[in-house]
Amino acid sequence: MNDYNLSQLKQLEAESIHIFRDAVGQFERPVLLYSIGKDSSVLVRLAQKAFYPGKIPFKLLHINSTWKFREMIAFRDKFCAEQGLDLQVHYNREGFEAGINPFDYGSRKYTDIMKTQALLQALKQGKYDVAFGGARRDEEKSRAKERIFSFRDKHQQWDPKNQRPELWSLFNARINPGESVRVFPLSNWTELDVWQYIRLENIPIVPLYFAKKRPVVERDSVLVMVDDERMRLNPGKKPAMRSVRFRTLGCYPLTGAIESTAATVDEIVEEMLRTRVSERSTRIIDHDGDSSMEQKKSEGYF
Amino acid sequence: MNIDKFLNQHENKDLLRFITCGSVDDGKSTLVGRLLYDSKLIFDDQLNALKKDTEKVGTTKGTGEIDYALLLDGLKAEREQGITIDVAYRYFATPKRKFIIADTPGHEQYTRNMATGASTANLAVILIDARLGVSTQTRRHAFIVSLLGIKHVIVAINKMDLRDYSQEVFRDIKSEFDAFIAKLDISDVRYIPLSALKGDNVVTLSEQTPWYDGDPLLETLEEIDVVGDRNFNDFRFPIQYVIRPDLNFRGFAGSVASGIVRVGDKIKVLPSLKESTVKRIVIADGDLNEAFPPQAITLVLNDEIDVSAGDMIVHANNPPKIESRLDAMVVWMDEKPLRRGSDYIIRQAGRNVKARVDNLVYGIEVNTLHKGDADALALNEIGRVALNATKPLYFDPYSNNRGSGAFILIDPISNTTAAAGMILAGIAPGTHERHDSREERLRDHIGKREFSWDTGHVSGRERLLRNRHYGKTVLVTGEDCIAAAAVAKKLEQKLFQLNMNSYYLGVSNIAEGLDADIKRGFHDRDEHVRRLGELGRIMSDAGLIFITALSDADDYDLDCIRQLNYPNDLLVIRLGPGNGEADIELEAEADIDAHISTVFRQLSERQIIPDYCI
Repeated sequence: MNDYNLSQLKQLEAESIHIFRDAVGQFERPVLLYSIGKDSSVLVRLAQKAFYPGKIPFKLLHINSTWKFREMIAFRDKFCAEQGLDLQVHYNREGFEAGINPFDYGSRKYTDIMKTQALLQALKQGKYDVAFGGARRDEEKSRAKERIFSFRDKHQQWDPKNQRPELWSLFNARINPGESVRVFPLSNWTELDVWQYIRLENIPIVPLYFAKKRPVVERDSVLVMVDDERMRLNPGKKPAMRSVRFRTLGCYPLTGAIESTAATVDEIVEEMLRTRVSERSTRIIDHDGDSSMEQKKSEGYF
Repeated sequence: MNIDKFLNQHENKDLLRFITCGSVDDGKSTLVGRLLYDSKLIFDDQLNALKKDTEKVGTTKGTGEIDYALLLDGLKAEREQGITIDVAYRYFATPKRKFIIADTPGHEQYTRNMATGASTANLAVILIDARLGVSTQTRRHAFIVSLLGIKHVIVAINKMDLRDYSQEVFRDIKSEFDAFIAKLDISDVRYIPLSALKGDNVVTLSEQTPWYDGDPLLETLEEIDVVGDRNFNDFRFPIQYVIRPDLNFRGFAGSVASGIVRVGDKIKVLPSLKESTVKRIVIADGDLNEAFPPQAITLVLNDEIDVSAGDMIVHANNPPKIESRLDAMVVWMDEKPLRRGSDYIIRQAGRNVKARVDNLVYGIEVNTLHKGDADALALNEIGRVALNATKPLYFDPYSNNRGSGAFILIDPISNTTAAAGMILAGIAPGTHERHDSREERLRDHIGKREFSWDTGHVSGRERLLRNRHYGKTVLVTGEDCIAAAAVAKKLEQKLFQLNMNSYYLGVSNIAEGLDADIKRGFHDRDEHVRRLGELGRIMSDAGLIFITALSDADDYDLDCIRQLNYPNDLLVIRLGPGNGEADIELEAEADIDAHISTVFRQLSERQIIPDYCI
C-alpha cells in the first residue's frame, strides 16, 4: 500500500466531513435530525470533526414520538449537555392529545402521525432547507438507490423516479423556496463500519444496545420490552426478565429486541457476524406490506 | 475468532469503488448477487425472503437456483418491469478490501445512470454474454467508462457454461473487444471467463476452464492497485467553509482534491492571487504535517489574507488553468435537450458559476463512436461543447485531474442536474467566435493558412510536369487498421514501381513523434486527425502521393481531413464496412492483390491515373 492511502474507515470519515461542509456551505438553514440511535451518535461526531475547532453550526432536532425508550431520553439529555449540542425537541401535540398510540392505531397510522407528520411540522416551523439524517444505503433495499443529497418537494415528498443524478462529489443543492433536501453523510457506511467507528472513537451510545436483563414479552415472535406502564399486555401475559439487546432503537412497542449476552462493542460485532440477521429485521414498521419502506419514504418518513 | 484482530483488520482495509455494466440479460445482477452471497453478505432473513421471491416471480423459478437479481432490484417499479432502472450502491468486504459497487443498469436508455456510477468508480466490470459476444451496448459501456476516466477494466465474459467453457469463444470475444478498446484511453484491461450463475471463476478458479491462467474475479478485485490513479502532483484545495470560532482561529476547511500539501508550503489563493505559507494543517484528531487526497482538512495560513468559501488554494508555483471558456465533453442527463446559446449553472470544484453553451461542436453516436454535427443533445446523448462562464474557473483537464476537471451543469429554472461534464481544455480568448459552427471555424482556419502559405521558386505546375502526376493524399481506412495499413503499404510500393513519387506514413511513426504530446485516447483523435490533414496538405504540395491509414474514419474525420488537405485532392479507400463516404470500397474478405488491382482499375476508370502513367 502506498503511503498516501487512507484506510477505508478514514475515507468514509473524510467523505462524510466533506458532505457536511458542502451542505452547510450551500444551504441557508441546516438542521441535524437526531434520533438518539448509534448512527446519530456517529453523525454528531462527524459533524463535530467537520467544524472543529468551531462548534457545530446548526441545531439538532429530535422528533419525539412520545413512545421512545426512557433510557433513550435520559441518554439524549446527558449526551447533548456533555457535548454542548443545541437540541430542539418536537412532538406532534395534536396527536399526543388525541392519544395516538401504536396499540389502538396500528404501527402504520401511528408512525405516520407521530413520526412523519411530527417531522414535517418541525421542518416547516424551523424553515429548514436542509436536514441531515443518519440513513445508510446498506440498511434496506430501497435505500440502496437513495442519493446523498435527496431532494424533497414542497410537500416534503421523495420521488424515486425523479431523483437528480449525483456525480463525483459535486452535489446539486439548488432548490426553490419551500423545497428542501435531506442529506445523508453516512450513505456509504455499513453497519459494521458504524460499530467500528464507535469503537475507534469511543463514541457514547445508548446502553440499550448492550445486552442486559430486561422485562420483555413475546409478540408475533418479536421480543418487545415493557418499558413503562403504557405497554398493553395480552391477558395472562407477564413480562419475563431475559438478557436482550437492541440492534436499532425507535419506539419501544415497535422495536424488537434480540436475545443476547453481548455487552461490549467487540461482543456485538462478534454476535453480528455469527447471527447474520439483517439490522432492520427487528423493525416492525418495515414489514407492514411489500415495499413498505419505500412507501414511507415517499410520504416523507426518513 | 479473534474479534479484536478482525476489527483492526476491517478498520485498516483498503477501499475499492467499482461499477458493473452489462446489458439487460447478461447476468449482471446475478454476478453482483453472487459476490455478495459468496462473501457472506446476504443475511439469513434476506436469503429467506429471496427464496420466497424466487418462487413467486423469479426467473429461475422451479430450478432450485436462487434468483440473485431479486436481491438487488430495490424499487417497486423496477421489480414490476424486471429491469434495474437506477444506480444502486452495494457494499461488501473481504479480509483484504472493502468494496462499494455502483450497480448500473444495462438498459439502452440509461447512459446517464452509468455515467453517474462511473464518476466515483476506480474500476469497471464490463459483462459480456458469451453467447452474444461484443454487442453495441458493450461498446457503449466501454466508451462511457473511458470518457469518465476509469483506468481499470475487467471484462467478465459471462455464461461460459452455455458455450461449453470454450477457450475459442473466449479468445474471439477478447480479440474483438481488444480491437475496439484500442481506440479508447484505458490502460489496464483484463479478461475473465466466468459463469455467475454457476460460480465459475467468480470467487474460486473453475475446473471447467483449465486453459484460463488468470485469477478469479474476486481476487482480481482485491489485488488491483488504484491508489496510483490519484493525482498527487498538483495541489488543489477548494475551500468549502471558513471556520472562525473566535478571534484566535481562522481556518479554511475543505477536502484535498489532488496533490500533497505540507506545513510551510508556499501557497496562492485564487482568485485573489494573494500568497502565504501554510502554518497548520488541522484535523480534529490533532495537527498533521502533510495532507493528501481525499483527506478533509482545515488549513491555517501565516498571513491574514482574505479567503472565502468557493476560493481555491494551490501551490504558488503550480497554478491550475484559469479561464472562463471551456472545451468539454458532456453527458446529457435532462429531458430538456441541450441547445447552443442556453444558459446553465456550472458547478465545478465546489463553486457555482453561470455559464452559457456557446457551441455544440459535435455529438457522438455512442454505439459507433462516430462524431456528427448536432443541433441539440437529447437525454443520454454525449457531445463536445464550448462553454462560456461569467467568471474564470480554476481547473485542470479531466484526464489529469478528476477532482478539478469534472463539473455538472444545473438547469437554472428546473434546478435539475442537466449534465455531467469533463473538461478537455480551456479556450484562449479570441480563438474562435461565439456560435461558430465547426465548418465555419475550419473554413476560417484554412482561409488564414492559405493566405499566408509561402511557396518557393518551383511552381506546382513545374512539379507536375516533372513528376507526371499530381500530388495527392490517399487515406486507407477500415475497422481492421492492420489490414488497412497493409493495403496502404502495398499501394505505395506498386505506385513507386510505376515511377511515381509515393510515400507511406505509418501511424506509429507519428504516435511517437509528431503526436508524442497527445494521448492515445478518444478526445485526442481529433487532434491526430487535424495533424494528418495538415501533413497531407504539405506532403501533397511537395508533389508526393502521400498514403496513410486511419482506423475507422467517419464522415466527420474525412470531412476534416478533406478540408485541411485543400486545395489538393484526397482519395479515400475503405476496407470493409464503415460509415464514412469513400471513393473506393474494398471487400474485407478479398486478398491484398485483389485489393490492389481493384484500386488500380478504379483509379484508371476515373482517370485519376492516366494511361501514360501505367
